Amino acid sequence: MIAVDFLLLLLLVIIAVAAISAKDILTSIMLLGSYSLVIAMEWVLLNAVDVAFTEAAVGAGISTILMIAVLTRVPRFEKEMTEQKHFFDLFNRSELLALATVVITGILLISGTWDMPAFGDPNSPANSYLSPEYIARSYPETGSHNIVTAVLASYRGYDTLGETTVVFTAAICLILLIRSYKNNER
Amino acid sequence: MKDDVILRTITKFMLPFIQIFAFYTLAHGEISPGGGFQAGVIFGSSFILIALVFGKKEARSKMPRSVNDVLISTGDFIYAFTGLFCIFAGGFFLEYGELPFHSAKEGNHIGMIIIELGVAITVAAVMMTIFFEIAGKEDD
Repeated sequence: MIAVDFLLLLLLVIIAVAAISAKDILTSIMLLGSYSLVIAMEWVLLNAVDVAFTEAAVGAGISTILMIAVLTRVPRFEKEMTEQKHFFDLFNRSELLALATVVITGILLISGTWDMPAFGDPNSPANSYLSPEYIARSYPETGSHNIVTAVLASYRGYDTLGETTVVFTAAICLILLIRSYKNNER
Repeated sequence: MKDDVILRTITKFMLPFIQIFAFYTLAHGEISPGGGFQAGVIFGSSFILIALVFGKKEARSKMPRSVNDVLISTGDFIYAFTGLFCIFAGGFFLEYGELPFHSAKEGNHIGMIIIELGVAITVAAVMMTIFFEIAGKEDD
């Protein structure tokens, strides 16, 4: 199992690097789609099938198509670097700033994980108080065999309403911005 | 892609299966992985597939813009109104157990199916809107 995990994570890193370095944006989009598919496999290995389903449908499926749709309006190829850069001026000041920000944020995030319980630790707070409660109560209280659906639709109903409203707002903004822009264009 | 016989035939063949799978995902959200969001995405992508293979005009004739715009808000309305209805029935906001069915358990069950349906409608309509508004320079 650990070997499969290792293989999938290695594949993720390779795909991510390839997606960044590709000059053809269509290639990058396709690679990102496969990245989502590999992550979906990883979710299945972690027994999070609902998340895997969403990742496969949204990440690998529809967001890839939406990015290709955006590509119909922007140039497909990255601009070529004209002069060959010398190694020492490979980084200009803004790139150095970005690198420093990313490194510091990464160190902070990694140091944040040191206090987290080990993966699958049966004595962690989530596993010793919250999960047994949901497992014991979700079917008698909501009549749903799938605990994830019970949590999403019933226990966290406000949250899901908010999410649906966010999706709704996105579409309204898109209609207001792009549709009126297209109408004025003509 | 409008002239490719293989693509057109396969698309025509696959469309009903994709849409039925979307409804399956919605209806079985309580006993298997899936639910409103995933069902909406799958249903919306079936119309995006029509647009990709047969062109946007053909897809818009099957899902007119006016219907699509109404559907965006319908789903969210169903969700919020179910919550409000629970207040009218004597409970808290989104307390499905108070819905007027035989028992609290049945109320919970049906309430969850209704709100999942709302989520699915909104998500499907929004996905179609995003695609149709962003994609394509040629036709609209």
